[in-house]
Amino acid sequence: MSAILQGAGAATALSPFNSVDSKKLAASRRSLPVRVGGYIVARSGVSKSFPSGLRVRRSEQLIANAVATKADGAASSTSSKPGHELLLFEALQEGLEEEMERDARVCVMGEDVGHYGGSYKVTKDLAKKFGDLRVLDTPICENAFTGMGIGAAMTGLRPVVEGMNMGFLLLAFNQISNNCGMLHYTSGGQFTIPIVIRGPGGVGRQLGAEHSQRLESYFQSIPGIQMVACSTPYNAKGLMKAAIRSENPVILFEHVLLYNLKERIPDEEYVCNLEEAEMVRPGEHVTILTYSRMRYHVMQAAKTLVNKGFDPEVIDIRSLKPFDLYTIGNSVKKTHRVLIVEECMRTGGIGASLTAAINENFHDYLDAPVVCLSSQDVPTPYAGTLEEWTVVQPAQIVTAVEQLCL
Amino acid sequence: MALHLRSSRSAILSKLKPWFGLGRHLRGNPPSVRVLEYPLVGFSRRFSSTMSEKLPVIGRDDDAKTQALDFPGGKVPFTPEMRFISESSKERVPCYRVLDENGGQIPNSQFVQVGEEMAVKIYRHMVTLRMMDNVFYEAQRQGRLSFYATSLGEEAINIASAAALAIDDVIFPQYREPGVLLWRGFTLQEFANQCFGNEADYGKGRQMPIHYGSNRLNYFTVSATIATQLPHAVGAAYSLKMDKKDACSVTFFGDGGSSEGDFHGALNFAAVTESPVLFICRNNGWAISTPTSDQFRSDGVVAKGRAYGVRSIRVDGNDALAMYSAVHAAREMAITEQRPILIEALTYRVGHHSTSDDSTRYRSADEIESWNVGRSPVTIFRKWIEGKGWWSEEAETELRREVKKQILEAIQLAEKTKKPPLKHLFEDVYNVPSSNLEEQEMSLRQIVKSRPLDYPSDVPL
Repeated sequence: MSAILQGAGAATALSPFNSVDSKKLAASRRSLPVRVGGYIVARSGVSKSFPSGLRVRRSEQLIANAVATKADGAASSTSSKPGHELLLFEALQEGLEEEMERDARVCVMGEDVGHYGGSYKVTKDLAKKFGDLRVLDTPICENAFTGMGIGAAMTGLRPVVEGMNMGFLLLAFNQISNNCGMLHYTSGGQFTIPIVIRGPGGVGRQLGAEHSQRLESYFQSIPGIQMVACSTPYNAKGLMKAAIRSENPVILFEHVLLYNLKERIPDEEYVCNLEEAEMVRPGEHVTILTYSRMRYHVMQAAKTLVNKGFDPEVIDIRSLKPFDLYTIGNSVKKTHRVLIVEECMRTGGIGASLTAAINENFHDYLDAPVVCLSSQDVPTPYAGTLEEWTVVQPAQIVTAVEQLCL
Repeated sequence: MALHLRSSRSAILSKLKPWFGLGRHLRGNPPSVRVLEYPLVGFSRRFSSTMSEKLPVIGRDDDAKTQALDFPGGKVPFTPEMRFISESSKERVPCYRVLDENGGQIPNSQFVQVGEEMAVKIYRHMVTLRMMDNVFYEAQRQGRLSFYATSLGEEAINIASAAALAIDDVIFPQYREPGVLLWRGFTLQEFANQCFGNEADYGKGRQMPIHYGSNRLNYFTVSATIATQLPHAVGAAYSLKMDKKDACSVTFFGDGGSSEGDFHGALNFAAVTESPVLFICRNNGWAISTPTSDQFRSDGVVAKGRAYGVRSIRVDGNDALAMYSAVHAAREMAITEQRPILIEALTYRVGHHSTSDDSTRYRSADEIESWNVGRSPVTIFRKWIEGKGWWSEEAETELRREVKKQILEAIQLAEKTKKPPLKHLFEDVYNVPSSNLEEQEMSLRQIVKSRPLDYPSDVPL
């Protein structure tokens, strides 16, 4: 068991709470990761199928936390390779490169993705390796290259479209909403659009309002698309690979400030489940739901909370559309209190939808109203001090938990 | 360029004094202007530049008087005259045509030969399209269909372009090109099924009438949004280019569609990626009620091709032979040279924009009639094939009788066919329904079960 925990404990610099207390594990019912078709799918046991079509039997066995796992049993884990360390943007690049090697139909398009390697270096050296047609530098017209990606996807390719900043994809909203999300449906299933749309978003460090957008708010209503947000090098690589292999259009949200996170990830191939949330820290007192950068603010607050005697359960929801209500529901049924911490604005954000979903589905299990901490409904200012106060800080999270658990 | 000359030239020039170097007519230039050097051999040293060691050498075969500036993007000749390029050229881009209004071949016209079998097939399809439009339009007026839009007046664009393409060429239509689908083999029954949204519709009842799609026939499902299919076509061409297929991507749009941002993005991308895509613009004079004079101020759409580095041609869209030839040639160029081609087909929208429009409110009935009678593509082509002895009055009557029967039968059957079942509401949103969709379906079924009288009885579950 300890060996698995060791793997799990290979923490990123900002989240010492990745390591798991084995006593807490006894409470959760999860299955060990299943080796499927030569690669590891890290997932929890469920009785119904996920949209990816794979069915996994509910199991009584325990699992180390879903962040970093080993495929084989505990006994052999000590002899497994320890993996390799890399930064989040490198993990994304590794995932993308592996998929491009595996399937000749995968291609990349976007601004400065070719020789420049991408503004955040996610596509570094790919043009050198795969050629500048397969890693295509496009002129500046987001709607046009997103449309181009959709057309290419409908004719058999698997494009990965990069928005230099997620905010720029607002220009591609028409294509994403009216065509990407809809054409599979309106064509009666005749045409599929296995496209991945990805890019950095969220509030950075003094990037100004236009470059600090949270597009997940705007896109969440579009039927036909899936949305996932990565937060660690491990899940970044896993979600990138899963998104590329998915037959549905997937929007992968990365965060501008997380690209340099370092973590040790497995050497062997693995894919994360697109529709599954990640248990970051099991707990008893309160369920804290978060994603992307806010995960780290939550874990920082969790340190303080533990010192004050609280036991928060932290879940990185990862799948923004659809929500993993199974994992979330199990947590709510255990703790009866929910705190949502997000970077979206109060009005119409992911938190707002999640609050509604939890209230609708788990009302009977709640001992207190769902609390949602979000950014204010203001454009993100440039001044550093002002910007800091538009983003939910650990102190606010601690206060909210204290009030929730009174 | 001989290397030894270059090095010897540098050696000589470095000894020249700066004021000696500049030519008379260059003295007015500001110091920041870099002037390319002249080849020294055979020329006066007056024209050499002191910056010779750093500057690239221009071609020796150039006219000695040509002077050019070097900028990112290449060399560009410069001029001391301040001249603005006029917003319009003196003459409009000429329109390519082969047949006159009476179906007579214009002397010295260049065109791709069309044999009897092909010509008759084209004509039959044009008539079928026209009749289908008329009958379906009437069906909407009678309340049997919710919506329809005709392609009246644009039969030549529809059929002749389809005839010049191959089945592997992928089509991205706007919505006024059902003729392309008809040519490829979509039956009248299949058209009717889509319009009635019954369970035999390939779209499973999910789209409005006339939003056809067929992956089997490489005709991508119509999306109601204007011009969004243009970047799709470029993406498809990119895909064909990667696969090195002997096929091109073809997309249609109207004069109104050329104003959308996607038009500009797509043309630019097609040129930059050097992809084999045909952009066929049906300039029919109207975008609902907006005439082209309110749509753009350029010389139509063909003039925009050059702005993006795209080869273009203007064609008489009512002339089936000209359309056939132009598309045939364009396809050849697109595939062999791997480049996009823009074809502006001038025509007139004889019908209303759709059944939700009454165009006599913004244009005169006389104008419509003059085009319908005087410049109908169907009539023009008929006259040509009759002149060739390939068609007759009897054949016409027989064709119309047969087609009318088929259309009416198709409509009757489509009307009687059941509507798609409830499960189609939730399928195909994703490849497999997600958990929230499964819940929503269960919830809906419960409601239907508990209130059967409120739920239509002719829709299966």
